[in-house]
Amino acid sequence: MVQKVYPDAAAALDGLLRDGMTVAAGGFGLCGIPETLIDALVASGVGGMTAVSNNAGVDDFGLGKLLRTRQIRKMVSSYVGENKEFERQYLSGELEIEFSPQGTLAERMRAGGAGIPGFYTRTGVGTLIAEGKETRDFDGETYVLERGIVADLAIVKAWKGDPYGNLVFRKSARNFNPMAATCGRVTVAEVEHLVGPGELEPDQIHTPGVFVQRLILATANEKRIEQRTIRQEAA
Amino acid sequence: MPWTRDEMAARAARELQDGFYVNLGIGIPTLVANHIAPGLDVTLQSENGMLGLGPFPREGEVDADVINAGKQTITELDRTSYVSSADSFGMIRGGHIQLSVLGAMEVAQNGDLANWMVPGKMVKGPGGAMDLVAGVGRIIVLMDHVDKAGAPKFRKACSLPLTGANVVDMIVTNLAVFRRPDRRSGFELVELAPGVNAAEVRAKTEAGYVEMIPGSVAPQLSASTPSS
Repeated sequence: MVQKVYPDAAAALDGLLRDGMTVAAGGFGLCGIPETLIDALVASGVGGMTAVSNNAGVDDFGLGKLLRTRQIRKMVSSYVGENKEFERQYLSGELEIEFSPQGTLAERMRAGGAGIPGFYTRTGVGTLIAEGKETRDFDGETYVLERGIVADLAIVKAWKGDPYGNLVFRKSARNFNPMAATCGRVTVAEVEHLVGPGELEPDQIHTPGVFVQRLILATANEKRIEQRTIRQEAA
Repeated sequence: MPWTRDEMAARAARELQDGFYVNLGIGIPTLVANHIAPGLDVTLQSENGMLGLGPFPREGEVDADVINAGKQTITELDRTSYVSSADSFGMIRGGHIQLSVLGAMEVAQNGDLANWMVPGKMVKGPGGAMDLVAGVGRIIVLMDHVDKAGAPKFRKACSLPLTGANVVDMIVTNLAVFRRPDRRSGFELVELAPGVNAAEVRAKTEAGYVEMIPGSVAPQLSASTPSS
């Protein structure tokens, strides 16, 4: 059996990193982000990265950690609002940003992973997002051509994984993780629970092992909550 | 008296129909969830991949893996399902969501919407708003009638970069309700907040629209004819 399980994040990333590489990451806000692998990327010192991720983390957590150390040169994201350091670097010109509407970004990752180099969408037609992009009319509606994304490396977070790389995500922590897993030339997954062969129900697997080359047990599972909102009960 | 934010949300909630799948934007639109009429079967969708949103959790029920698109903790219902972001936007872009309620910086008389960037200011990104207006069947905007400087937000043309072109079907402000029968038509003023009269709305609106207030003498054309 091919050994996909690595002892730790540094070992799992060994030989995969080079300056200027494109890294796709799963997660929405701070939900379902690969915390352990982000820490390992910080420790590796790899620089000049293009990060494909819906959001940019917060100042001291998530991808914000890699922004603080200036290891990211460019972000491809839909929304980057929660990060002051991001704002500073962007306004000073140190950081480049390519905005992609959220659904377009998800589809770009899905398409890249599915061997589709581009697709047409109505999203963004008539806005700055479509400027400089090819458009085409279908059945009287205008659509804009968006490119698929293939990343040098994808890092994802799953709830459960088995030694074959099969993954199951948990609740809304699934978000961008399945698409990120498919769009990496190499995909490294961190899982909260590493289970034995046959322990995952085949019908319940979200991401099959074909998309996952390396796997570790997650050691950072802070799962920070951005907006802790509690129901106001009537007395 | 102008409508409060809660009253604006309640007015938007009256547009919900039985069986609707609905996406509520962040901010005031989220309040619409508090005003769904009893007995109406409405399923709320959140674009981060949750269909069937429950109320906020009680202390002790908080789960970091269960959040809405505003990154707020939330709960499940017996109908809840989770999907990936690609599938979630498949629902949105594919026209499977009947209604979305969004905030806006500006709306134009031709239905253009601007709610994502102000040139010269830090741009945070469009998030899922562009996908929502491109794919959801009906778009309702909830916004204050004028901006902080008192300038009209319902305008002849948007001055800010667009989120979508010709995508707004209805506008609920703190002063009035505008709607249009279809996206080839102009907007009609159809309701006023209590104590607000048509003249006040006219004075605070740059866009052209037709006055269709019940009880008024005859429909009047204000400002200019909406272009289609």
